[in-house]
Amino acid sequence: MNAVLGAGSTISERLGATGTANALEMKGVSKYFGALAALSDVDITVRPSERRAVLGSNGAGKTTLFNCVAGDFPSTTGTIRFFGEDITQFPPHERIRRGLRRTYQISLLFTGLTVLDNIFLACVGVSRSRFSFLQPGRDDALMASAENLMRVVHLEDARDEQVATLSYGQQRQLEIAMALAGAPRFILFDEPAAGLSPAERSELIEILMGLPAHMGFIIIEHDMDVALRVAESVTMMHNGRIFKEGSPAEIEDDPEVQALYLGGDDG
Amino acid sequence: MSVFDPAETGLAAASDGRSWLERIPVAYWVVGLVLLIMPAIAGDFMLFQIFGWTFILGLIALGLMFLGGYGGMVSLAQMSIAGVGGYMVAIFGVSAIDTISLGWPWYVAIPIALVIAMLFGTLTGWLAVRTEGIYTIMITLAIAAAFFYFARQNYVVFNGFSGFNGVLPPMLFGVDWRGPAAFYYLTLFWAALGYLVVLYISRAPFGLALQGVRDNPRRMSALGYNVTAHRVAAYTFAALLAAIGGILLTWQSAQISPGTAGIGPAIDILVIAVIGGMRHPVGPFIGAFIYVILKTYAIDALVTLGLSGERFQLLIGVAFLSIVFWSPDGIIGLWDRLREDRKRDPLTGRGGEGP
Repeated sequence: MNAVLGAGSTISERLGATGTANALEMKGVSKYFGALAALSDVDITVRPSERRAVLGSNGAGKTTLFNCVAGDFPSTTGTIRFFGEDITQFPPHERIRRGLRRTYQISLLFTGLTVLDNIFLACVGVSRSRFSFLQPGRDDALMASAENLMRVVHLEDARDEQVATLSYGQQRQLEIAMALAGAPRFILFDEPAAGLSPAERSELIEILMGLPAHMGFIIIEHDMDVALRVAESVTMMHNGRIFKEGSPAEIEDDPEVQALYLGGDDG
Repeated sequence: MSVFDPAETGLAAASDGRSWLERIPVAYWVVGLVLLIMPAIAGDFMLFQIFGWTFILGLIALGLMFLGGYGGMVSLAQMSIAGVGGYMVAIFGVSAIDTISLGWPWYVAIPIALVIAMLFGTLTGWLAVRTEGIYTIMITLAIAAAFFYFARQNYVVFNGFSGFNGVLPPMLFGVDWRGPAAFYYLTLFWAALGYLVVLYISRAPFGLALQGVRDNPRRMSALGYNVTAHRVAAYTFAALLAAIGGILLTWQSAQISPGTAGIGPAIDILVIAVIGGMRHPVGPFIGAFIYVILKTYAIDALVTLGLSGERFQLLIGVAFLSIVFWSPDGIIGLWDRLREDRKRDPLTGRGGEGP
């Protein structure tokens, strides 16, 4: 355990660190399911505004990595720092309140609610109105920001439609809108392009490229075209380990990566 | 991210140009009017025993509907919380057992009773939210049983088996609130208020989030919600509804004893909520009305048929079984389905609302 900025640090120490700290810093993170190592000894460092793609075959540990960072389940060993703060032991909602966001590979939406209600819930979740017994008024700031996010992901035509009636692509866009609620500092996108049509893909790329420059993210993506267009750096994972890190060009030209991807030793 | 653009506000909430008064459905006006003029139509027994009791049980079951319908948590401790409310009013306020009752004025005793009942409900929730489904039912049933036996065996505070009698509502505004019409309006007021508040909260952030927690706790957590805290808070609010109902119930019979909050009544609240339907706050009141009618007239009906009057529980059981069998959503589910069938095209079988 790194004691420099642990739970015993003073506020000024922590504040001093946030200015220079990396958005995400994972050291020696492992996750075991019984004897199976889904992640083993992963070290990753991502700068605050960096856009990183994580590639790898099925079972490489990409989604497990996200689950450990977002706290869906805790890592077995290692430490995770978010903008300098040790969040390893934090429950998911505490991590989210600190500006971390994630989307899910298989959309986890509230299918009985409307599009706007889904985004509104996301906006409320990172506000102080979580326990408010008062309905949003005509000029409610959270409702207004929800309406705005709806436009960011081009869903204004589906405003009052039940999520269950949306197309698959629209549900993926809604996932993204919900991850943008509040003031995200860093976002984890879990295969946002999976299952999208080519037209929807380019719309997704447009949305991702349109994010404010200071907002870093990690994107898990099978589609190299999407991944390499939105990301400035790439991490290759294989069998729960970090396999290669580098710029998109380096990764594309790497003979080992090519062997892995084209040779396909484990599919 | 500067997602919030102040220039683009003002289009929230579906505003169709009508005032909130005009948007109230016709059914509300009709039901509201009938309920308001009821004392002119119905006799004293109907007002005090049938409607008063319906509103009280409906209010207690409304708390369960809030927990179950919006939160996905079924608690059997609602009646115990109502019992705590009733007991506390008797203990801190005035009763015939003046060796125990403190005799404090109602404006002190009632708030204390509500707060203690809510604390009890919060504690129940805090224990129960660690479990799911059948285990929540078991743990809350255990709490209900524990409270019943504790109240029956404790003579220092709860006065044991006999409990407290002579617990009367205050003579506020010079009205005897146990008079049939006065009690009718008193219970109607609290039932209507509870109903409207629950309906309102279901669209407020707290209620929306509770429904989110019901449908997908993991996602709610990933949106920044403390799922456990939200669930416990729902128990606290449900306890407030139960406590108000418990105090009214105590006033109605002018007494509170362990039997009021026994295992039987605890299960009756669940039966009421299920008969009526858990999807909408009107359900518990429909369920309570059916329950009260059956409980009151089943004996007479059975005797008329030449059967033994003691078997009235059988009728309630049969009603419960058939409603659950035909409509898992209770009476309101049945109603919804009838309405949908009417809209359906008799030839194509298609629904009336779009594809």
